[in-house]
Amino acid sequence: MSELIMSTGNKAVAAAVKMAKPLVVAAYPITPQTEIIESIADYVEAGDLKARYIPVESEHSAMTACIGASITGVRVFTATSSHGLLYMHEMLHWAAGARLPIVMGQVNRTLAPGWNIWAEHTDALSQRDTGWLQVYVSTVQEAYDATLMAFRIAEDNRVLLPVMINMDGFLLSHIMQPFEMTEPGDFIPPLDLPHKIDVNDPKGYGAMSPANVHYQFRFDMEKSMRASRTVINETEAEFAKRFGRSYAPVEEYFCDDADVIIVAMGTLGKEAEVAADLLRKEGIKAGVMRIRWLRPFPLDMNIKGKDLVVIDRDCSFGFGGVVAGEIQARYPDAKIASVIAGLGGQEVTYEDMAEFVRSRKMGTEFWFGIPQEEQ
Amino acid sequence: MSRMPKMTISVPHEGGAGLTGSWRTFRPVVDRETCNHCGICAMFCPDAVIDPDTLEIDLVYCKGCGICSNECPKKCIKMVREEH
Ligand code: SF4
Ligand code: SF4
Repeated sequence: MSELIMSTGNKAVAAAVKMAKPLVVAAYPITPQTEIIESIADYVEAGDLKARYIPVESEHSAMTACIGASITGVRVFTATSSHGLLYMHEMLHWAAGARLPIVMGQVNRTLAPGWNIWAEHTDALSQRDTGWLQVYVSTVQEAYDATLMAFRIAEDNRVLLPVMINMDGFLLSHIMQPFEMTEPGDFIPPLDLPHKIDVNDPKGYGAMSPANVHYQFRFDMEKSMRASRTVINETEAEFAKRFGRSYAPVEEYFCDDADVIIVAMGTLGKEAEVAADLLRKEGIKAGVMRIRWLRPFPLDMNIKGKDLVVIDRDCSFGFGGVVAGEIQARYPDAKIASVIAGLGGQEVTYEDMAEFVRSRKMGTEFWFGIPQEEQ
Repeated sequence: MSRMPKMTISVPHEGGAGLTGSWRTFRPVVDRETCNHCGICAMFCPDAVIDPDTLEIDLVYCKGCGICSNECPKKCIKMVREEH
């Protein structure tokens, strides 16, 4: 049975966590994510979620507590945002290297200075190389669905890597949309962590790993990342079969016959669909590719011969848009016009995006809002 | 299907970190008169070199960290400088 309810993205993530029944949640509040862990705390308090809720003194400790809990073989969840995510950085590497299927709700927020609580992707992208899977969602429903799927994907023994669900700050975390609160039933199988601790057979975890073996552990992570592509496809297909909502690692909107494709992540990638409609009315064959899974990176994007307008809500200083750069690296023939837009919550409307397409100059980088002569 | 990821897991065994006794600058010396056999020192010793029954310290592996001395509620373990 499922019901349609109005909810913020934050509350939808918390509702999915309740359904997934983690045994341990350790978290520290930070805007705009706080509502996720407040809702979970309420569930635990009311007895609706039988979990140990560990309030900690910092995000570094939150991830550390999650690592300690996860190694005992129980399901674990945490949530954070922005500076909180950065404060976890060391332990994000540790969680992935220790092969722990921790699931984290991550609300994308700008980094200071100056202080800014609005949406930007730089926080999560700066954790790109930690070994976490990263999915970016675009609606409240997708936030709910992706959270349910994240547990199944992370815990699959072919993966055993943590998963970060990214959701745009305020644009999704605090916006209410109707969504269907699906009961997952046995969609998420019980967790069977092959390397969980056994108090009757004590072992040391994270001991010295000398140069002659360390690369093997890292290659095993890379192999699991590669295998996660299959697991994601299987999980999304099974989800669609059971619950009728289908997702792909890259969501396509009118791409088959498109001459020009807007590529973006998160809410911008959804809003871009309206821009494509607008452009098609003007006779421009536009489409949208919304990258959902950035890690593992999609290797089968059908972009041959098409102009790409890649919108990055981030910047790698001295390099450019991260997403544009990654596409170029994996698809050397890609024709890209890179747009840096939406930093610090800068408003980017579908009309703006349509204009990015109309006035695109291939092979260049354009900063939205900066006068042409300063570009 | 249970697939074990490749990672560092170590199993404790005697001398697993080598002859750690050679690290020692201070040697734990127990005053057997005051000792009440509570076993706390053995519990805390990070190298498990204090026999929990006899409370004998295996100086081949005792690295001289002094944790036993610090934890002993009777303050009967003195750390005495080794003469090398
Ligand atoms: S000095 Fe350290 S290693 Fe030696 S017995 Fe005491 S606690 Fe153990
Ligand atoms: S902790 Fe002190 S009193 Fe207790 S057994 Fe060890 S030496 Fe004796």
